[in-house]
Amino acid sequence: MAEIAEQDSGKKGGRQKVKPPPHIDMTPMVDLMCLLIVFFMLTAAFTKAKIMEINLPEKIRDPNVEPPKIPESRTVNIILGPDDRVFWYPGMVREEDYGNPPPLRETTFGADGIRRLLVERNITLARRIYEFNQEILTGRISLPRDSIESEIRKLKRDDDTGPIVLIKAYKSANYGNFVEILDEMNIVGIARYSFVDLSWIENFMVERALGIASTASASTGN
Amino acid sequence: MPKIKITTKPPYVDMTPMVDLFAVILIFLMLTTTFRISEPGVVNAPYSISERPVLDFNIMTVVISDDGRVFFNVDNGPDTILKFRQKVLAEMGGHYGIEFTQEELTKFGNFPASIGVPIERMKDFLSADDPGEKAALQTGVPVDSVDNQLAMWVLYARQVNPAVNAGIKGDSGVEFPIVKRVLDVLQDRNVNKFNLITSLRSADVKLDEIPE
Repeated sequence: MAEIAEQDSGKKGGRQKVKPPPHIDMTPMVDLMCLLIVFFMLTAAFTKAKIMEINLPEKIRDPNVEPPKIPESRTVNIILGPDDRVFWYPGMVREEDYGNPPPLRETTFGADGIRRLLVERNITLARRIYEFNQEILTGRISLPRDSIESEIRKLKRDDDTGPIVLIKAYKSANYGNFVEILDEMNIVGIARYSFVDLSWIENFMVERALGIASTASASTGN
Repeated sequence: MPKIKITTKPPYVDMTPMVDLFAVILIFLMLTTTFRISEPGVVNAPYSISERPVLDFNIMTVVISDDGRVFFNVDNGPDTILKFRQKVLAEMGGHYGIEFTQEELTKFGNFPASIGVPIERMKDFLSADDPGEKAALQTGVPVDSVDNQLAMWVLYARQVNPAVNAGIKGDSGVEFPIVKRVLDVLQDRNVNKFNLITSLRSADVKLDEIPE
């Protein structure tokens, strides 16, 4: 305490003075604790970083092994472009269409763009996952956390109507978009998605949509 | 006339409750937080809805900073006595023909952040005392096909600790070809499962707006 201990001069004479209880000066302790708190506040990270798991398909090294075929009607191709732009087209480009590939449609990141588009195609599974989550939340089913995850995985495995999303990235896309689109898959609950390389024809389609390419020539193909 | 003398005591503030409060705040901070790991480069992690916390051990992290430098980090394993980091560096030295002393290995083992030093400069890096000098040597791990040191780091980290998981922590603005390069390096080593390190955000799905 910021207080000067008074000297008892004993001038009062005669009367017995009751001694006050000894004071401990707490000020240095407060100073020290203040320093410690400031130090902890500056060095501490309150939220621990989170991880998002992603499995990429194994690289095919054997040239005789064909990549797995996927039904064209369920395929949605998403191509990440530069400047946070995102393009998509359904199905695939057939070899006979290489001269005149289908146009890319542009959408946006966020709830009204790509998410809406995916939810509309994935509505059966999305509803099933949503109802399951509701039952967990309202307590009608009580399961440990791991079982919830495996139940959702099971719902996803049994689904055979949802889209198969192929994610591709144009060369000037950025990492943030890549994570965002993978996150979108988790939000919407897409059962089957994968990250694949951009083919040359798709590269051309993006460049045409961006207005950089002039003509599609067969010589650029490989 | 005798004056009545009022003895004025100096004002006295009781600091005890303040000390109590500070102690509570201090204990709270110590228990709820972890130390912030300072990355050698600027890394603004992207956001995702994933709620799974990052692993405490058995994780090797490839960090890609906003200027495209690649850093590598691997933990010491579930028990510090295992000294995985030291073993990984010793293996790296063996591959590139550099002999590291025990002192250098210990320094590397205790270094708290990711390392982005080409292996040829590693001795200079470990002997440097000045943080500025250390930072100047962090030019990034070479990942090009001529000198693919990241692949070797990944290889030895997995040899030393077979249970290690791969993590990628990238700045959201980093150009995709660099990320693709890192993914390719990992996939060439048969690592197909990645943990992308992100920050938490929330998202709503407007299921009700979509007709049945």
